[in-house]
Order: sequence, then C-alpha cells, then structure tokens
Amino acid sequence: MSTVPGNELLTEVEVPNRAGDRSGAVGKAIDTVIRSLVPVLLALVAGGVLLLILGHNPFAFYSSVWEHGAQNKAWQESAKRMAPLLLIAVGLIIAFRANIWNLGYNGQFLLSAAIISGLAPSLVNDLPLGLAFLILFVVAGLVGAIWTIVPALLKAFYDTNEIITTLMMSFIGVGLAQILIKGPFQDPSVNIAQTKVLELDKMLPHIPGTKVHIGVLVALAAAVVVYFAISRTSFGLKVDVLGANPRAARHVGIQVKQLIITSFFFSGLLIGLAAAADILGVWGYIRANWNPAYGDTVIPFVFLARLNPLVVIPFIAFFAVLSTGGTLATQEVGLPTDFLLVLVALILLFMTVIEFLGRRRSLGQSYLTNGLREALRLPGRKKDGAAAEAGETPKKVAR
Amino acid sequence: MSNLFHQDVLTALISGGVIAGIPLLLAACGEAISERSGVLNLGIEGMMILGAYTGFVVAYYLHSTWLGFLGGAGGGILACLVMIVLCVWLGLDQIVVGIAITLAGEGITSVLQGAQFGTTYPRLGATPTTSIPLLHKIPVIGPGLFEQNLLVYLGILFALFLTWFFRATNVGLNLRAAGEKPEALDAAGVSVVATRSWAVLSTGALAGLGGGFLAIVGAGVFTPFMTQGQGYMAIVICMLGRGKPIWVALASLLFGISLSITTALQLAGIEISTDLINMLPFIAVMVALVIFGRRSYLPPALALPYVRGAR
Repeated sequence: MSTVPGNELLTEVEVPNRAGDRSGAVGKAIDTVIRSLVPVLLALVAGGVLLLILGHNPFAFYSSVWEHGAQNKAWQESAKRMAPLLLIAVGLIIAFRANIWNLGYNGQFLLSAAIISGLAPSLVNDLPLGLAFLILFVVAGLVGAIWTIVPALLKAFYDTNEIITTLMMSFIGVGLAQILIKGPFQDPSVNIAQTKVLELDKMLPHIPGTKVHIGVLVALAAAVVVYFAISRTSFGLKVDVLGANPRAARHVGIQVKQLIITSFFFSGLLIGLAAAADILGVWGYIRANWNPAYGDTVIPFVFLARLNPLVVIPFIAFFAVLSTGGTLATQEVGLPTDFLLVLVALILLFMTVIEFLGRRRSLGQSYLTNGLREALRLPGRKKDGAAAEAGETPKKVAR
Repeated sequence: MSNLFHQDVLTALISGGVIAGIPLLLAACGEAISERSGVLNLGIEGMMILGAYTGFVVAYYLHSTWLGFLGGAGGGILACLVMIVLCVWLGLDQIVVGIAITLAGEGITSVLQGAQFGTTYPRLGATPTTSIPLLHKIPVIGPGLFEQNLLVYLGILFALFLTWFFRATNVGLNLRAAGEKPEALDAAGVSVVATRSWAVLSTGALAGLGGGFLAIVGAGVFTPFMTQGQGYMAIVICMLGRGKPIWVALASLLFGISLSITTALQLAGIEISTDLINMLPFIAVMVALVIFGRRSYLPPALALPYVRGAR
C-alpha cells in the first residue's frame, strides 16, 4: 500500500515534465513504448497459456492469426476492419479526454447502423451516389450524436453518473435497432430478419488498386482532424481543462455544461460515422441480433495510446489484424470467437498492473487523466468542485 | 386485453418476477456492500456471468441445486479476487478493472462453454420448491410468493439481515465508515484495506450466487452473455436504493417483474415484440434516473483507493 502515496497521483497531472526530468527524451520514449507494448505482449502470452490449457497449440494459433489477418491479401480485410474501430476509438478519445465515460457506444453504433441500412437501399438508387453517401454519413453521425443527448443533459444539469446512463441508453438503442430491423426496414423478399442488401456497385468505392473501401480514409482523416482539434484549438484545450479539473474549468470561465454536451455530441457523432463506414463499406445490410461490439474491444487501445488520436492508429491496426485473423483462426480450431474478448480483457488487466509498476518506478505517463478517475464522482451531488479536489488528493474526502 | 388480469396471468407475472428479481436482488445487495465500503464494483456483470457458468456446471455434473449455488458463489469469488488484489490492495483504477472483469467473464465463459458443450446447450431439470404452509394457498399471490426455491426466501431474508447489519453491528459500521470517511476508520485502529477486501469478497459471492440462481433456477441452462446487462442494472438499483437493502430489494423485485413481463403477456395472448419488452427495464431505469437521479446517493470515498497518510 505504502507504494502508492496520493501525492504521486497528484504529480501525474504534470507528467510530461516529470518524465523529462528523470531520464531525458530517449529514456522517456523507451519508457512509453515499454508501457504500451508490455501489456499487449503479456496478454498474448497469457492467452497462449489459456489456449494450451484448452488443448490447442498457441504458436499454430497465433501464426494462423497472422496468416488470416495480414499475409497476402488478408491485410485488406484488416484495413477494412480498421475503419469502424478507429472511428469509435477517436470518438471515445474525445469523451474520455473531457472526463466523460461514454460507455454507450454499442447502442449508438447499432442504432446508426440500423437506420443507415434501412435508408441506404432507396437513397443510393434515387440520388447520385456521392450525394447519397454524404447524406447517409451525416444521418449516421447525427443518430449517434442524438443518442448521447439524454446522458449528456443528465450529466450536465443533474451531474448524474454517465457510466450508468450511457449503458442504459446503449441497451435501449440496441433494442430499438432490432425493432427497426424487424419492422419498417425488414426486406420483404426474404424470411430472415434483415434489411435489403445493397448491390456491390452501390457501396462505398474502393481505393484504386485495392479492395479497401474509402471509409478507411474517412477514419484516418477523422483521427487527424480530431488530433488537431484537440491539440491546436481552444475547444481541445477546454476539453482537457474540463478533463483535468472541472472546478478549474469553471473558474477560467469555461461553460462546463455546454462543453459536456458538445463533447458527448462529437463522441456520439464519430461512433455513428463508424456505423456508416462499416455498413456502406463492408456489409451492405444489417441482420437482426448482429452486434459486433467493436467498442468493447477498442477501450484498452484507447488507454494504451494515452488518449492520443494519432498514436491510437497503430494500436487499432494491430487489433484489426488480431480481430480479422483471430475470427478465422478461432473458427478453424473450433473455439468461440469470444476468445478475442478474453485477450482484450487480459490486455486491460495487464495494463493496470503495468500502470501500478510504472507508478511505483515513475515510468513515463499515466494512462488516465486524474480527472477521468473523477468521472465517477458522483451523481446527485452539487459540489463537483469539492469532488475534483478529492481527485487530486485521493484520500481527502470531499465534504 | 381482457384476460390480462386473469388469475393465471397475474400468478405467472408475480412468480416470474420473483424468480427474475432474485439474481438482481442478490447482486444489488452485493453491490450495496461493496459501494458502502467505498469500492465501485463495475465488474459485477462479469462476476454474475462467471457465477452463472460455474453454478451451472457444478449443478449439471453433480446433480445438486445447492452445490450448484455454492459453485456459483465460488465463481463470483474467483472473479472478485482479481478486483481485491488490483483495486483494494494495489489501489488501481476501479473502473478499468471493472470493465476488464466484465469482458473477461463474458469471454471466458463463452470459450469454456464452447470448449465443453460445443454448440449444444444442455438443460437442467426443474428445481425443487419449498412451499410455506397455508400461505401458498392464497389465490393469485400465493404460488408466486410462497412456493419458490428456498434461496428466494433466503435472499429476501438476507436483505433484511443486511439492513440490521449495516445499522446495528460493529462490522457494519466499520464497513460504512470505510466508504464515508476511511481515515477516521483507520484512526480508530481498523484496517480499511481488510474491511474493503471482505466487502468485495462478499460482493463477489453474492453476485456469483445471483448468477448461479439465474442459470440454475431462472433459465435452467447456461448460454453465453446470458446476464444481458443485469449486473449493470444491479448497480443502478443499488444507486437508486441509496444503498439501503430494503429499498434495493423492493426495486429488484420491481425490475424482476419488468424482466418477466414477456412470458406473462404471452400467456395473456398479447403479442408484443420481445425486443420492446426487453427494453422496458432499461427504459424504466432511465425514467427513474431522470425523476429520482438527483436524490441518488453514493458514499464520498467511493472509487478512491485508500492510502494511509496521504493528504
């Protein structure tokens, strides 16, 4: 216990300087890489042990993952998978930076996906293709954004815990998506509950020379835009101030309520875009009870990238390979694909452990902003200023 | 619509509500223990699903409902050990660890289920019920309330016990102090870490027991992801009940009824989309949060690791 004194937590707010003081730029870079990669490696090793216990050869499994996820033409599948993953990751980064736990990504994603799949078949036939895609992307983004409004308002005005509200809205969103798919958007010509399938030439065009649709470029562009918005604009600065310390944010005149709602909005917007990219680029339709739960798997990588929209790109690329290759590899050996979920959970657990060791040895930067830890504090209490203070000095009870 | 209030329908509604409410009740009471001691347990969903799996497997192979319940509690304890070590002892982030436990629980149970049974889902037989003399003969509410598995009564008694425990025992007061003002508890010579460890341990056991009940009595079968967000519902129930066991119990049974309303409506011959029905409890939670959200209460030291001597 004594190795986690609260004042070390406090200093983690100004981490960049501290790491610089200690070991110089090179040392800092190495520290950062170690702290980012070790959890992933440890998780792969632990996953391998689990495979051994289940009677599979881990080396064969992982090489099969590599073969199905990256070799030959398989990398294109992985690149396509990157589009939704990256957009969701960037959306989560905005929210997490503002100290908001938007855990409603599944509902936001699926509801957008359902509405897009329902509208797309008629839109792409009635309008010029480019315009149709533009409208569909805008609609998808708006649907995702609108689905965050209730949690955003509750958080902004009543300070209600958004972990709970976003999760509840997520379940409602998933249910509503099913109703839409089985009801108004059902393709009447088939017996299965699904929407009308887009014809191949009516889907997002490919990047010339590949089979990768341009949604991937949209995702990469979004990551760059968000990076600049966060690091170069007043909006980004305000979000970071809010994330670090809500009371300070109010003291410097930031409209906290507005900012909470805006951050939620953009977070949901990007998650909605993820749905559009995935549906229009890869699937072309949506089936009832389809829920890829991309968001669940993205969370550890968002933290490992330290909420940086550019750094998260290689992590997402890695996971895209693991996910496309892993889906096929698990099917090959007859395991449920949920094995990948175990790997993700292991990465998260090892991440927190490395975090602990790192804090102990003053390694590099923390995964979580101090404010993020505070996101929890509390529904129904008005003194969020006092709560923020408690975040800096973990033991000091807000009273 | 006319037969909605038919006796059989109401009986089925109450009985199903109680059976669906007990896992929520156990998990939410567990969450109350954990939260009042200052540990936010977001991994409760993972503990429930692990408990559901271990409980089902034990009951399936040993043909004993009660050993199954024990197995469920054991599974929950196994999952919460991770939380105790990482969050209570080492003071790591409770939200991240909670999410990790949930993901791990869902993934590992699905993998193990697949490795063990493939794509078949073996079922358990009906579980024994205990009738309370005389009372179970009351029309309408009798069979629902007084002719249930013994664990149902024990669960409700436990909520009453917990009220007394929080209010009137030393250990209960220590536990609340760990969540309200841990430094005061420390100054009084009681270990905050130990208090919270025991609290989280009992949470794991209760959540696992709830999961076990869900698999063994409620469904009679284990399917991957079968908890479907009930762990999160338990957290909400605990928040809305302000950590008070009686209110938590009542809210659990209410949510249980909204979970079981599908079957009752089918009995009544009303066809409503099951998706809509499945959304009801979550809509209910949102409405409750919008109306009562400002009055929900969480202990001041919740989710903050305790560090002796920190400012």
